[in-house]
Amino acid sequence: MREYINGNEAVARAVRLARVDVVAAYPITPQSPVVEEIAAQIASGELDAEYIRVESEHAALAACYGAAVTGMRVFTATSSQGLAYMFEMLHYVSGSRVPVVMAVANRGLAAPWTIWADHQDSIVCRDTGWIQLYVETAQEALDTCLQAYRIAEHPEVLTPVMVCLDGYVLSHTEEVVEIPAQEAVDTFLPPYKPQRVVEPERPLVFGVGAGPDLYPAFKQAQQEAMDRAREVICRVDEEFYRIFGRRHGGLVDPYRCRDAEIVLVTLGATTGTAREVADRLRQEGIKVGVLRLRALRPFPAEEVRRALAGCRVVAVLDRNCSFGYEGAVCTEVKAALLGLKEPPAVVGFILGLGGQDIRQADIEDIFRRCLAAGSGAVHQVAAAQSR
Amino acid sequence: MAVKIRELPEEELVYGSFACAGCGGILAVRLALKVLGPRTVVVTTPSCLLGVTTFYPQLAFKVPCVNVTFPSTAAAAGGVAVGLKRRGREDVHVLAVAGDGGTVDIGLQALSGAVERGHRFIFLCYDNEAYMNTGVQRSGSTPRGARTTTTPVGLRGRGEDRPKKDMMRIVAAHDIPYAATASIGYPQDYLRKIQKAAQTQGPAYLHVLAPCPPGWGYPGHLTVHLARLAVQTGQWPLAEYEKGRLTQKKIDNPRPVEEYWSIQARFTHLLS
Repeated sequence: MREYINGNEAVARAVRLARVDVVAAYPITPQSPVVEEIAAQIASGELDAEYIRVESEHAALAACYGAAVTGMRVFTATSSQGLAYMFEMLHYVSGSRVPVVMAVANRGLAAPWTIWADHQDSIVCRDTGWIQLYVETAQEALDTCLQAYRIAEHPEVLTPVMVCLDGYVLSHTEEVVEIPAQEAVDTFLPPYKPQRVVEPERPLVFGVGAGPDLYPAFKQAQQEAMDRAREVICRVDEEFYRIFGRRHGGLVDPYRCRDAEIVLVTLGATTGTAREVADRLRQEGIKVGVLRLRALRPFPAEEVRRALAGCRVVAVLDRNCSFGYEGAVCTEVKAALLGLKEPPAVVGFILGLGGQDIRQADIEDIFRRCLAAGSGAVHQVAAAQSR
Repeated sequence: MAVKIRELPEEELVYGSFACAGCGGILAVRLALKVLGPRTVVVTTPSCLLGVTTFYPQLAFKVPCVNVTFPSTAAAAGGVAVGLKRRGREDVHVLAVAGDGGTVDIGLQALSGAVERGHRFIFLCYDNEAYMNTGVQRSGSTPRGARTTTTPVGLRGRGEDRPKKDMMRIVAAHDIPYAATASIGYPQDYLRKIQKAAQTQGPAYLHVLAPCPPGWGYPGHLTVHLARLAVQTGQWPLAEYEKGRLTQKKIDNPRPVEEYWSIQARFTHLLS
């Protein structure tokens, strides 16, 4: 069935289709319609779930954690300040290996106060031990939320997943979305079968303390689970394709990169704009491509290296800034290219902070600036673009 | 149906912890678990209790234990309660445990939210009247006059200069179905209140005085003595809130407070 819905509604549809047991969430712009829609689905009887109407985002994730350790499939969603408020709990959830799925309607962080999109909120949570998947469309938001449960609950992974969608651009923009049939989703995503739950008959401690002799082993296990998640993310996307006929690239989503001279690396919704510009420049005979990173954690270093090895200049578009250095994705891409025999130059562009529009003209400008850079002339330059 | 101390089960549900000799907190939890029994889940937070019971691999609880961030005891307990209910395990008690800092300060918002939502759980605050796990810093529950490491006594400092936060009035304002204060020095009264909390359909709040030998500055064998003196000197009222009514046990002929203060290093400056 097809529906004309926005990204937030698509996420709420996924929550229903995933037969989530417990939702705990606190409203924040631009995430609020997700929780409103979930509440409506529960009220109408479409979704048989408990909605814990918590008093803060910190409590939202704590309640999800509490419900998840009893064996519930849980969901929450937030944005910006709300995600920042959850920061402490993010580590507890990932460190305790609790498979929470959370949608993040990406929004900038105050101050200055803003409600509009950029990726700063989730980028600063990059090192919290959560898998981060960035989606490009409302359709992908729905599909990825379903996939996220398969990934998070995989016994070899057991790591929470953040599904990141650009605020407004995706969260509030309607598009035609194919809603999968419940039976098909049930085949793809069977009920959650946790290995360890809270039950008096088998008492366990969740969230143990660990001294210096044992703590590193727990962290090593998390890192190894992230490594295994790379393959699981790809496999789940392929399995999804076999059932639903759609796939989203697994870890990375390259477009016309094979023979490209210049490749623009993107996250999220801007990718569509970049592809259109790439098509137009291709018609002029300029060989450009676009590489969308779907996964930021685990970082697909191998896939990035493979996609970018042959090009001359890599431009990285960051909707975030690691103050005092450069855009965070730019740093990641540079690191991935280290050790190549003839590495491409990498140029960083910070654009679209706090909802600033990223227009076709901006993307074209990035490509043309990189084109002007002669081979070997531009190296490791981070240029903050402003207008 | 009164709980008789003689009839409490022999089985220990928290055993082999690192707690100090004379720890009032571990005694409060141990007694509570004896009443609630093995079909209980403990939800707790970074505190002395977590530090002495759940450091891997020496795990002291014989019931499931869920540890969560400092501000989140009640929020996580709410999640556990909802999950257990959905699994049809309403026979399991959810016992949220936090110290005074984790209750009256950083945990207050989550407690307020969870009580207001009406989850079925027991919140047990073991009150040792300061942040003992981090080295005796004052909390909102530190009594006026007490010396702590952040309310030192010196030329200008005279210890804690604010009264103790009144948690009973705060939870009563939520119209909580059941709330009580207790003292480990009066176990019969404490055990009865735990049982009442366990029978409550909805949230119940217990605030138990739990003396701390290193934090208060007294030898460990005096813990129960001090927990009784606190009540007998009128420093720790035994109160109950039920069906909208707050009642308080009257102390006939209270003993002079000096008796209570004089054997604790945290109060000696008040007597000089």
